[in-house]
Amino acid sequence: MSRYLERAEHIARVMGVQLNLMLEQDPQSSDRRWMRLLASLGHPGPLTPGADLFTLAQQYTSRQITGGITAARENARHVREQISSEMWEQVNRLFHEVKRMESSGFATTQPIDFLGFIVENAIQFQGVTDSTMNHGEGWQFIQLGRFIERSSATARLLDLFFREFSRPQGQPADSGEHMEWVGLLRSCTAFEAYCKVYTADLRPDRVAEFLLLNNEFPHSVRFACDQVQQSLEAIHQLASTKRTASVAKLAGRMRAGLIFTPLEEIVAGLADFCAEIQKQCARIHTGLYEVFITYPIEAALQA
Amino acid sequence: MAAPAFDEHHFASDPLLNYRLDGAFDEMFAAEARPRKHYRGLYELLLRLPVEEMRRKKQAADLSFLHQGITFTVYGREEGTERIFPHDLLPRIVTSAEWEAIERGLTQRITALNLFLKDIYNEGRCLSDGIVPREMIFSCKHFRRQMRGVGVAKNTYVSVMGTDLIRLPDGRFVVLEDNLRVPSGVSYMLTSRQVMKRIFPELFRNAGVRSIDHYPEALLTTLRALAPGGREDPNIVLLTPGVYNSAYFEHTYLARHMGIELVEGRDLVVHDNIVYMRTTGGLRRVDVIYRRVDDDFIDPLAFRADSTLGVPGLFNAYRAGNISLANALGTGVADDKALYAYVPRLIKYFLGEDPILDNVETYILTDPVERKHVLDRLHEYVVKAVGESGGYGMLIGPHSTAEQREEFRKRIEADPRNYIAQPTLLLSRAPCYIDGRLEPRHVDLRPYILCGDQVTIVPGGLTRVAMRSGSLVVNSSQGGGSKDTWVMY
Repeated sequence: MSRYLERAEHIARVMGVQLNLMLEQDPQSSDRRWMRLLASLGHPGPLTPGADLFTLAQQYTSRQITGGITAARENARHVREQISSEMWEQVNRLFHEVKRMESSGFATTQPIDFLGFIVENAIQFQGVTDSTMNHGEGWQFIQLGRFIERSSATARLLDLFFREFSRPQGQPADSGEHMEWVGLLRSCTAFEAYCKVYTADLRPDRVAEFLLLNNEFPHSVRFACDQVQQSLEAIHQLASTKRTASVAKLAGRMRAGLIFTPLEEIVAGLADFCAEIQKQCARIHTGLYEVFITYPIEAALQA
Repeated sequence: MAAPAFDEHHFASDPLLNYRLDGAFDEMFAAEARPRKHYRGLYELLLRLPVEEMRRKKQAADLSFLHQGITFTVYGREEGTERIFPHDLLPRIVTSAEWEAIERGLTQRITALNLFLKDIYNEGRCLSDGIVPREMIFSCKHFRRQMRGVGVAKNTYVSVMGTDLIRLPDGRFVVLEDNLRVPSGVSYMLTSRQVMKRIFPELFRNAGVRSIDHYPEALLTTLRALAPGGREDPNIVLLTPGVYNSAYFEHTYLARHMGIELVEGRDLVVHDNIVYMRTTGGLRRVDVIYRRVDDDFIDPLAFRADSTLGVPGLFNAYRAGNISLANALGTGVADDKALYAYVPRLIKYFLGEDPILDNVETYILTDPVERKHVLDRLHEYVVKAVGESGGYGMLIGPHSTAEQREEFRKRIEADPRNYIAQPTLLLSRAPCYIDGRLEPRHVDLRPYILCGDQVTIVPGGLTRVAMRSGSLVVNSSQGGGSKDTWVMY
């Protein structure tokens, strides 16, 4: 549930930023940018330059967003008695509104408002969750979903960015490229936060460091990873079975990688580093599922 | 309180302008423009409220139901569209004197039915004494021979009962049918009250409406009382058929408000005749199951083998006395519509009392004399299939075509045990807000009776409304709606 909403929020934000950038860009880079965006949001491809990528992106993201919200609501319904009524009403209302906006054409005629609405409501859902639900096991699982998705999505975005602009040191080449970096930061709601730390002096290695390693910024990979580990720790203590230890190890390993790998090393192989993070997120997800949801009865009876 | 001024001008534009009385008992009006005493407050408000304001209130109520997810899905288009259940804005009001009689009558009824169920699954005294014909019990498809001699906690077979009452033209409440398997609808009673309080605070203030909010707590107390061996702090769960069941909203609602786990069959496992539920922290023993799954589907080893909703081995754990089920298995035999005709006799037999609430006159069609009487006058009677509920398998004589009557005649002659007939009854009516106007619609009343250590009835119930003008069918599966029901102090 929280994972689907986090994804819908991310897609809406990335798309919203892109639509904004598109207003003042040089037409040649447009194709490349759309292709990068689609790939970063998991479009299975193949993508050919010259096709109507804008329409494709619009259709794809709107399908993904609606799909994500529908799935989040469906999941919420399955755990209806575990979550608070306020949470349910928030996600249920969001679902009905999105359906309405789609059928009335609002989603395509006013895309920026539509995407803003999604982001705003997804964030509201987090607020409602944090303030109306017991911060017990169920909440910790919500946290896990949210932050696994977040680390994976941020890592993917960085991955594709640095594959394209593989010249991390030094200043951006031109104002066009400058805009790309602003776009990347904004896609992670990180622009203002970055400026507070490094001023508006945009340098790719700093951007990478900020989005990967900053431990105070809630959309950085490091921050999300810390949260994942904290939640796993809390669940481990609540559930008190030995089986949870294996997942905790996976999260610990990912976190250690972020803390102890020297920055130069990360920057030198940044795309690969980000790809590895995505793999680790997927492994944690699978591990969680096996340990907590589909465990065999024999294992539980022994414990 | 001074009588309100009914000035002619106001009345001419009044939403009640076309409201005419007929032969049925009208809940609100004793005569044209003369509301009953307990409806005074509502009546005055209706005269006062601008049309726009009513429309706004109706919209707010609809939206609130939609956002709470109290909806059902209509299929047939490209994707399912969700609709809210029809509900009516105006409350149905019951006086405390009326309620007191209903309460006594239903307490008597559930007590007798529990004694009856214990009897037929054990000694069978009422069968040997000829109160109920043996073949009536053994030919009932809800009779569970597996339950013979199985001990049931506190001998409470039925712990949750929903009995449908209707009001005859003379103002008497009578019992139309009992629902003893898995009666539903109580969440609509509770949520529609919450919505009403938000929409009509001015109407509630000083009106003296009795609260129904304690229903989940009363249900929990009832379920606790059933814990096997009186175990302290029993683990109680609600077993649901799953998210696609039409009453899933209700299951989540009750689980949340009682603070118990909601489980599906696949979440429960039986090991050495002990029932456990799977949790993220491993297995946890379960003591009481409030099951919202029918007998047939509850254990594929004991009942229908093709059920995927049930828990294999549950029945053995039940027989071993390690788990309690509410309601017990096999209670459906007592809400068979043919057995219904014998309930007054059962009350007399088991309790030595006269029934406080009467039955509707019912013809048993296995009796050749009664069958002939009914078949000769099919156009006057309502014919119902005995094992069905939800308004399915029904013929309403006066509203039927010759063809339909002919079909039912054939069906009755082929299988008389499967049908009963009742005179067509004029259900009482109450005003409903429909398309900006007030129109009369027929209603019934379903209170919910709980039986654990004692019998508890929350003062209220679900008033079901036949939303189509003139219709007498109130079942939600047939387009019926609901109303908030107020019992006054």
